[in-house]
Amino acid sequence: MQLEQNFFKLFDLAEDYHLDIHQLSDRYRVLQKETHPDRFAQGSEREQLIAVQYTAHINEALNTLKTPLKRAQYLLKLRGKELCPESSAPMEPMFLMQQMEWRESLEHISKSDDPEAELEALDDEVASTWRQMEKDFIAALSNESELEQAVSTVRKMQFLDKLRHEIEQAEDELLDD
Amino acid sequence: MAYSEEVLDHYENPRNVGKMDDKDENVGTGMVGAPACGDVMRLQIKVSDEGVIEDAKFKTYGCGSAIASSSLVTEWVKGMTLDQAADLKNTTISEELALPPVKIHCSVLAEDAIKAAIDDYRSKKK
Repeated sequence: MQLEQNFFKLFDLAEDYHLDIHQLSDRYRVLQKETHPDRFAQGSEREQLIAVQYTAHINEALNTLKTPLKRAQYLLKLRGKELCPESSAPMEPMFLMQQMEWRESLEHISKSDDPEAELEALDDEVASTWRQMEKDFIAALSNESELEQAVSTVRKMQFLDKLRHEIEQAEDELLDD
Repeated sequence: MAYSEEVLDHYENPRNVGKMDDKDENVGTGMVGAPACGDVMRLQIKVSDEGVIEDAKFKTYGCGSAIASSSLVTEWVKGMTLDQAADLKNTTISEELALPPVKIHCSVLAEDAIKAAIDDYRSKKK
């Protein structure tokens, strides 16, 4: 058994940011069955070890492809652009100012008159910016000369991804009250 | 190795959190962000006519180390000249706070922030 290293090929998917989520989960079930360590329970120690490694590989692939930000980062990695986790790239001042403003409004939302409405408005605004970034990323990725543009868009998406998680958390907290 | 309570306290009770009027021409504002973790930091200085930093404020949305780094920097730069503050190195910050290797970038962020604030102030005065 030889496993495909490329996550997209492993799942029979085109190397694309847009993906068929059903295809992803269907193919995952098939792969999981094929490589489930139980199937190799009678096998040699080496076969069992390989089965465990395959399962880990498939899980990592699923986890990477199903998460939009990770999928974008992986598409860059396939083009030889790995975002170094420690790299500090200077960001545009306007972009940073917007990030600051959004985080400040999120911080103060619980004290506002209508936290639910304000949170929803913030969520909408951030989500629409996120969708625009997705479009920018897809456009830049399709053109080799714009690869740096794609990298810088993913850097921005990393800020937004974190903010969106924080908004989600704030929503959960509001619902709990 | 033991750390002074004063340093540890930057984690628990960050100093100088707040905002200054960025339109004030004696105020320099530095805005920086770390793409890897999505942290954002705003550091502001108020400079006297003699070129000495009179006051400093910051706001950081990020992990404890990023907050402590910026808190420490705002304490340190008060009373410094712009040139002294521009010489501040991230290694001095990370040593003082005993940051683990994975958090060194937080001190880099704080160094970048003070430099950006100084640049902003200087560009206003030109």
